[in-house]
Amino acid sequence: MNDFWIILVGALVAGSCSVLGCFLIVRKMTLIGDAISHSVLPGIVLAFLLTGTRDSVPMLVGAAALGLLTVFLIQLFQSSGVQADAAIGIVFTSLFAAGIVLVSLYTQQIDFDLEHVLYGEIAYTPWNTLTIGGIEAGPKAVWIVGSCFILNLILIFVFFKQFKLVSFDPALAAAMGIPVLLFHYVLMSLISMTTVASFDSVGSILVVGMLIIPAATAYLLSDRLSGMIKVSIVVGVLSSVIGYYSATILDASISGCMVGSAASLFCLAFLFSPTHGLVSRLLKRRKSKERYA
Amino acid sequence: MNLLDIMTDPNTRWILLGTMFLGLSSGVIGSFAYLRKQSLLGDTLAHAALPGICIAFMLTGVKSTSFFLIGAALAGLAAVFLISVLTRYSKIKQDAALGIVLSSFFGFGIVMLTQIQQSEYGNQSGLDTFLFGQTASMVMSDVYMMMAVSFILIFTCTLFFKEFKLLSFDPGFAKGMGLPVVFLDYFIMMLIVAAVVIGIQAVGVVLMASLLITPAVSARYWTERLHIMVILSGIFGMLSGVSGTLISTSVNNLPTGPLIVLSATAWFFFSLLFAPKRGVLSSVWRRVSLKKNHSLEQERRKGRYTS
Repeated sequence: MNDFWIILVGALVAGSCSVLGCFLIVRKMTLIGDAISHSVLPGIVLAFLLTGTRDSVPMLVGAAALGLLTVFLIQLFQSSGVQADAAIGIVFTSLFAAGIVLVSLYTQQIDFDLEHVLYGEIAYTPWNTLTIGGIEAGPKAVWIVGSCFILNLILIFVFFKQFKLVSFDPALAAAMGIPVLLFHYVLMSLISMTTVASFDSVGSILVVGMLIIPAATAYLLSDRLSGMIKVSIVVGVLSSVIGYYSATILDASISGCMVGSAASLFCLAFLFSPTHGLVSRLLKRRKSKERYA
Repeated sequence: MNLLDIMTDPNTRWILLGTMFLGLSSGVIGSFAYLRKQSLLGDTLAHAALPGICIAFMLTGVKSTSFFLIGAALAGLAAVFLISVLTRYSKIKQDAALGIVLSSFFGFGIVMLTQIQQSEYGNQSGLDTFLFGQTASMVMSDVYMMMAVSFILIFTCTLFFKEFKLLSFDPGFAKGMGLPVVFLDYFIMMLIVAAVVIGIQAVGVVLMASLLITPAVSARYWTERLHIMVILSGIFGMLSGVSGTLISTSVNNLPTGPLIVLSATAWFFFSLLFAPKRGVLSSVWRRVSLKKNHSLEQERRKGRYTS
């Protein structure tokens, strides 16, 4: 049963991240997940200092607030003329540094183990269960990440046309009367919510990897945004299943193995994708050369 | 401790010298990275160092800084190679390539870390503290190495200034002129690898990224010419290194790396507000004076018509 829960949580994280990752790939902002997972640190520390408890709800609220602040600051600097990648870099490194300074200023007396409070470990999810009215309702992580997944799917499905247009051609979208900035912030809030909710239960590296790698794999396999989203979900779920079993064989970190198997799937797509793969393009080139000769 | 005590303390003097050179060299090379839209390369290389350090530890079995640095440098070179292959041979864009390499290297690094934990190597605790950086543990030989690497970096940037400039602004034209674009591309990235690797020990991997980005962006506010920007960015980096180190030694228990980053951010905000032409205050001032001129003009016209 524990196997099932871990794979389910992994697959849900992979699914919700890769849906959003597709939009990040086409908007060329993929590293925003990495930025958010670092810059939430001061929010978590402040929540801990204000409430004094290690309860996960105030920490999640603090993290989510900082996630939104990150997104807002990046947008602000970008619109004032700083390149997108540099804006992301400045914002997350300074917020992370502020977080570390806060930790070393205020939490030296109290036992505050950063790694364990901040970043969850997917292997422990089955034991952290949720009970509603005395009935055991499965691991908490399944509920949190699952509701994120469903919310993402619903919003993307309902506003698919708008998100697509805003991502590919913001000027046209603005001319057609779509509130571009609003959809930008909706997408970024979804990303920040998903990042925060998932790293609390599975650890940050899995979130960052799953935001980027399955979507990039799908980018090589499909030329349509809708097809790309479907392929990326399949790739994400596959890599969490493969990752779990390879982790049990190797006896290594589960999240690390899930990211590793996603990377291996990406390599396969990079080499053998029927339209954009390296090998298939070489074969095509040779064939056309032969025909020419 | 007052400023004089800090200046006379030999240990602090060494650390100050080290962070100064680190800021200088990463500021200089960072401005090329910024113009080539590779600002986050530092972040990627810093994360990609993890598997390199793990492999170095597995092969040698000792926690030695020099082996770690070699491992990190080799992993950085592999990462640079993969990024360039991904962007050249597929339709993957640069930012996605950086992200893919970052997360997959770090994922494999974590797998190796758990392997080390479970095997006979025993205590692996030194590996992750290495990743977070400890400026206080810098010794004289580290400072010498930082100085040597930053001299090499600055010297090469001066020597190849024209080539790097062309490559940053118009790679197509550079290719047309017969410059070895692919080679120069790798060369700049190798210089960035060198800057990141010597910085890891001082400020840690996560914050090394900021020393490459923030001084360059701050310098961009002040000038429209590349050579002034490179010099300014080096100065901003140096100032951040010095002020971060000074603050952390005068206030107890504050880590140096994050303070260097925060002072770089402070310089960034200073430039954002006060830079001539591109700064926020000057553009507000321009708008206000334009409005005033306009209304004066209106008044004058009105007066002319009525009289």
